[in-house]
Amino acid sequence: MATIAAPTKIRFRDAQVEMAHGAGGKASRRLVEGLFAPLLFGADSAQPLGDAAHLDFNGTRIGITTDSFVVRPLRFPGGSIGELAVNGTVNDLAVSGARAEALVVSYVLEAGLPTPVLEAEVRAMGDAARNAGVLIVSGDTKVVEHGKADGMYITTAGIGRAISGLRMSPNSVRPGDHVIISGPIGDHGITILLARGDLDLESDLRSDTRPVLPFVEAIVDVAAPGLRWMRDPTRGGLATSLNELARDCGLGIVLHEDWIPLRDAVRGACELLGLDPLHIANEGQFVAVLAPEFAELALDAIQRTPGGEDAAIIGEVRAAPAATVLGIAPYGGTRVIDMLVGDPLPRIC
Amino acid sequence: MKFVDEFRHPTAITQTAEEIRRIADPERHYRLMEVCGGHTHAIYRFGLKDLLPDNVELVHGPGCPVCVLPMGRIDDGLAIGAQPDVIFTAFGDMMRVPGANGSPLEHKARGMDVRIVYSPADALKLAENNPEKHVMFFAIGFETTAPSTALTLLRARDKGVHNFSIFCNHVTIIPAIRAILDSPDMRIDAFLGPGHVSTVIGCRPYTWIAENEGKPIAVSGFEPLDLLQSILMALRQLNAGRAEVENQYQRVVPWDGNQAALRAMAQVFELRPYFEWRGLGFISQSALRIKDELAEWDAEHRFQVPGVRVTDPKAAQCGEVLKGVLKPSQCKLFGKECTPEHPIGALMVSSEGSCAAYFNYEHRKSAELVGIGA
Amino acid sequence: MCLAIPGQILELLPGPPLLAVVDVTGVRRKVDLGLLEDENPLPGDWVLIHVGFAMSKISEQGAHQQMQMLRMLGEDQAAMEEVSGYGLTDRIVEGAPKSP
Repeated sequence: MATIAAPTKIRFRDAQVEMAHGAGGKASRRLVEGLFAPLLFGADSAQPLGDAAHLDFNGTRIGITTDSFVVRPLRFPGGSIGELAVNGTVNDLAVSGARAEALVVSYVLEAGLPTPVLEAEVRAMGDAARNAGVLIVSGDTKVVEHGKADGMYITTAGIGRAISGLRMSPNSVRPGDHVIISGPIGDHGITILLARGDLDLESDLRSDTRPVLPFVEAIVDVAAPGLRWMRDPTRGGLATSLNELARDCGLGIVLHEDWIPLRDAVRGACELLGLDPLHIANEGQFVAVLAPEFAELALDAIQRTPGGEDAAIIGEVRAAPAATVLGIAPYGGTRVIDMLVGDPLPRIC
Repeated sequence: MKFVDEFRHPTAITQTAEEIRRIADPERHYRLMEVCGGHTHAIYRFGLKDLLPDNVELVHGPGCPVCVLPMGRIDDGLAIGAQPDVIFTAFGDMMRVPGANGSPLEHKARGMDVRIVYSPADALKLAENNPEKHVMFFAIGFETTAPSTALTLLRARDKGVHNFSIFCNHVTIIPAIRAILDSPDMRIDAFLGPGHVSTVIGCRPYTWIAENEGKPIAVSGFEPLDLLQSILMALRQLNAGRAEVENQYQRVVPWDGNQAALRAMAQVFELRPYFEWRGLGFISQSALRIKDELAEWDAEHRFQVPGVRVTDPKAAQCGEVLKGVLKPSQCKLFGKECTPEHPIGALMVSSEGSCAAYFNYEHRKSAELVGIGA
Repeated sequence: MCLAIPGQILELLPGPPLLAVVDVTGVRRKVDLGLLEDENPLPGDWVLIHVGFAMSKISEQGAHQQMQMLRMLGEDQAAMEEVSGYGLTDRIVEGAPKSP
């Protein structure tokens, strides 16, 4: 095992923590790269920081990850915090190329939380774990005063063996590679936004929370040698995940905007509020980059897996513009698609 | 989406762009100003500059109500928000605009009750649901938004809701256009008129631009096809030596405007003698205040506001960019000290501000990319 | 100031004030119709929505007229191509055709 790296100087200049630092966009990246990385991971970590890490234990590769779930309201159409807590961690491992086998869970509960609410979430976690084929093997509970924790916060950590034969990394991405999304974007984030009730909008949208491992396994079966990179575009949306890749591999990623699957209601809500669906969180999708000779095979495999019917090829990797994601409209107009800065805010202008 | 997708139709867009390229006289350089920030945003968001010939230049105007709001007014609003039991409400556009001691979102992080609303009606509802608090709505916008604020105030009056007030920062578009035309370093050939402001004020208020100033103006919608059609209309006028007001956005803009909206505004607002516009200085008769008889709902009457004037850092060239004299990339601070993440001037904070729009959608494109989608 | 989106009135709600439930491709919101009180808005009408208020009725005829303008444009271009094919380019008045 490697020794713990010596800490280096922090580069984080913000005076205080803001909500934006948790939004998954540029501010989050500043915090992670500027404060956490120098102090915890050392300046020499050559690996680009991902959500999950793979460690080698005498020849066995194990994936490990952790995630916290802080969501208001706790229950929403299509799911609840309990399911997010299981699926989120299973998905982080899946897109890193590992099969989640066991989770540990930590609850921070607010005093005054009604027992039926807690029971419903724990039941939901149990069901989600069974559905995803993982065991919850250990846990911890803390209680904080009334007024903190928004009801409950859940943190899960997951562990599982790496899928053999996969060598994914941003460095393996090449111009000409294809970008595939597993389904429509923006469902989860818009569902949550509407469920908060502040905007007085109603729809039939549901969160897309689900484990993506079945789709990953489907791709691996037919396209493992050509699978370059995967990510689950949660907070910060598809734009942020692809910008991270573009930055890490130094290449350009071109998206054909009309190829991106999008439900009408997500589109309507985004048009109404002035939001970009590319910046909205997803909890049941993943984006994959594949070598061109494997792309159609991979797409076909996902589409034939239940729930994957809406998967689509949405773009390709190019040499230029370097480290940039570019959107192209069907009539030829282009725009740079940037990473989210802070929380996506509705606008009227 | 009906009434949207038709105006994003690729073939129609391509045909209109080809016609623009066909009629643009290679011996001329055309400078068209789109007044409205929403147009600036749409131009970049839809990549429309890629479709125009090099000799048709779009210059960004000052029609961004967030951008032209002086920092002192934000501080005034936050001073009200800092009062006990006050809920500060505003559109999302305002939330990251820096005041002297931070933006509304930063104040929220430090404990102020700050809420984003989509509609002034939602702010009123918040007041009705929180009788022990006072809800202040920070109203911004041109004539597109002012009627909604006016109606909301009238609703508050009719329902007898007294724990609600409006901090009025509405501004009017015509004085801004006049300031552009009066500016000595100006050279604009034609205008793309603000489509949504015009649903309220109609097209008549622009006739002096054509008749007195001799500049064509095409009142434009916001979809790619709308903007390209309007550019085409302006070019045709310029080529023919005409100067008229044309209504490209006729599917929603009535020539005479919206009388009900104008009535509501007349009931609630009157013009301030003068108002400071960030980057443009003091302009007379350019902003609205709430009439005295409705002072009960005027936040400036209910609360003491400091009224401090905060000047912009000298290095920031917001004023020149607002007037279209400089391009965003020509400001010394652009992309370095001033970015959307740490904005110095308001043009970078508001997503429809020319600097933010340019930074977010354009400036990393290299020349070799233009036309790669074709 | 400028973000306004078309939506369709689903139902009018008992007022005053005059409110309606409006649909924007599957998202619904209560919208204040107070600015359209002169125009007798009805379920099925399309309106332009800005900050929760309807600003204007959208004229189907107006939209068609705009698309008409384009069809004429398409015909103009087809005619131009025909003419230039005959080598009669000096007949084209508005400037030489530019290559895209």
